[in-house]
Amino acid sequence: MHIAVFIKQVPDTTEVKINPETGTLIRAGVPSIINPYDHFALQSALELKKKHGFRVTVISMGPPQAKSVVQLALALGADDGVLLSDMAFAGSDTWATSYALSRAAKKSGKLDLILCGMQAIDGDTAQVGPGVAQQLGIAQVTFCEHIDLDGKKFIVKKLIDNGYEVVEVKPPALFTMIMPPDYAPDYPSFPDIHAALAKPYQVWSAADIGAEERYLGLKGSPTQVNKIYPPPLKGKAQMTHGSVHQAVDKLLEIMKKERFIEE
Amino acid sequence: MIEVSQKCIGCGKCVPVCPFAAIQMMEKKAVINEACTLCGACVQICPVEAINIVREESVLKDFSNYKGVWVFVELSEPEDKASAHRAAPAGKPQAEAVIEGARKIKPVTFELLSAGRKLADELGQELCAVVLTDKNRAYEKELGALDADKMYLVENPEFFEYNTDIFSTAITALVNRHKPAVMLYPATIQGRDLAPRVAAALYVGLTADCTGLAIKDGLLLQSRPAFGGNIMADILSPNSRPQMATVRPNVMKISDPVYGKTAVLLREEIKIDKTLRRVKVLERKITREPGALKISDAKIVVSGGRGMKTKEKFKTLEELARLLGGMVGASRAAVDLGFKEKTRQVGQSGTTVSPSIYLAFGISGAVQHIVGMKSSDVIVAINKDPGASIFNVATYGIVGDAHEILPKLIEALKRKG
Repeated sequence: MHIAVFIKQVPDTTEVKINPETGTLIRAGVPSIINPYDHFALQSALELKKKHGFRVTVISMGPPQAKSVVQLALALGADDGVLLSDMAFAGSDTWATSYALSRAAKKSGKLDLILCGMQAIDGDTAQVGPGVAQQLGIAQVTFCEHIDLDGKKFIVKKLIDNGYEVVEVKPPALFTMIMPPDYAPDYPSFPDIHAALAKPYQVWSAADIGAEERYLGLKGSPTQVNKIYPPPLKGKAQMTHGSVHQAVDKLLEIMKKERFIEE
Repeated sequence: MIEVSQKCIGCGKCVPVCPFAAIQMMEKKAVINEACTLCGACVQICPVEAINIVREESVLKDFSNYKGVWVFVELSEPEDKASAHRAAPAGKPQAEAVIEGARKIKPVTFELLSAGRKLADELGQELCAVVLTDKNRAYEKELGALDADKMYLVENPEFFEYNTDIFSTAITALVNRHKPAVMLYPATIQGRDLAPRVAAALYVGLTADCTGLAIKDGLLLQSRPAFGGNIMADILSPNSRPQMATVRPNVMKISDPVYGKTAVLLREEIKIDKTLRRVKVLERKITREPGALKISDAKIVVSGGRGMKTKEKFKTLEELARLLGGMVGASRAAVDLGFKEKTRQVGQSGTTVSPSIYLAFGISGAVQHIVGMKSSDVIVAINKDPGASIFNVATYGIVGDAHEILPKLIEALKRKG
């Protein structure tokens, strides 16, 4: 079988600092990392490769420097790497990104499985995975934690709103991955990194994947960013001074008012 | 495309704000290189409006026949399902072990209806609820109480449980048939599975996890946090209909229901082919536990700091979190003291969280901590020191000893059951 993993290079949002005076972002010096959910998706793919001998191709869409996440994936054991990079992709929303990635998936040959993180930490939309699945016309399972193979079928554990399900699906399919609590990301050793830097990866443009320009970038994106602004600062706290009893009553009152416990 | 005009004064303010290091100052002018993703961060910061993102105006389409605000009604999951594939002997046909349970409308639907009502009134259009179910349980009464004008009902045995292929096919068909102007989905796991599939099929705009909705010049203005909650973005989908959004649960306030009002029931026939179902549920387990979520995804976070004093005392937070269905977080001080593992650290060098409610016990509120939790919807701080800086970002502040308050609070919650 052949698995493609979509990975994204993102700014480490946990390292973004805020100017306490103005409430604006200080993004200078924020490191770029592989989206942590995609990292887990990649590890899930590599585990399937180890067990069943699948071929793993990673695909990343982004500016030229996003090659570093492709190289990281190669160092961790991916067989092939693709960087989708073209100014025509810039400004793509989730629809246009799904379109570009689905074109890239088509160019990658017959895929049995596509994995990606449930969402990227810079946008938190969780829309690209299902968007790709729809555009390719394949089945999707979102918010997955674990993948098994049972003969020709995948058996997947996925989250639902108040618990989990175990589902069965035949290839081809797309799964989006959460991060299980006990998961620790693997990082490659120095020799592996060194070897990966010598490994070739492909760079595809919009023309290479046969993507029509009218569906890409700002032009192809149905959503438009109207404004970006710092989140409103919280007002002065409503303070309670008093006995332990009063404090507990106040806490219960807050939780009821904010609907975290029932009346 | 992005352009830097003659207005550029070479101040250099745009250089550090670029998340992709795509701007350089050359001969006192900003020059944007190919790493640019058109995110617009520099446009916001430029003091002289020298940077512009130029969007080619698409041909203005006529959307006057798209009317109404629709809300996707999410029903509670059916009961637990035992693992048939493990129990049944191989080769035998497996019966669908579906238990007939009364599936209720999830409260998040009422939040969406309340928000949708305001949008519909603003537009002067109808509020419609969309229900896909195997059996209608007079949902039109409950939906009417929240002021839905109509209920589109598709009743089909295939809707006995949520399935991506079946639900997205039905919703896409309904949208094409009736052409709503706006469609809202809950930003639940189900809503976030369904909505992007529909948006991809229809080639329409979809904004994820909105925390604010309004009408601006006849368009749906969608506000949402991005960058781990560090910034807010307002999004429009001017050139496609319906304008679709998923809405974060626990944000929109539910209006007071008016019992006795009923939504007009409109039955819809949609052909659902069984073979559409590509994903089959083998096993389902409903639990109140947050399951495999990371602390960044938790809706309720109970955090402790240095003020919790010992590892043993810190553990009382676990009990509170369990009662509330939340997760335990910790300040960097608490992690450094070994009260809690690093994976639960909230703050600049830990994880950024933006839950619906954040309870901070014995946390003084160092900047390093505050940046990681300040976008929480509601912050409740409990601290002995009335001058603690955590109170500057809190919604509610309680001056008191966490060690006295916690056991009493836990006791009170247990009494409630």
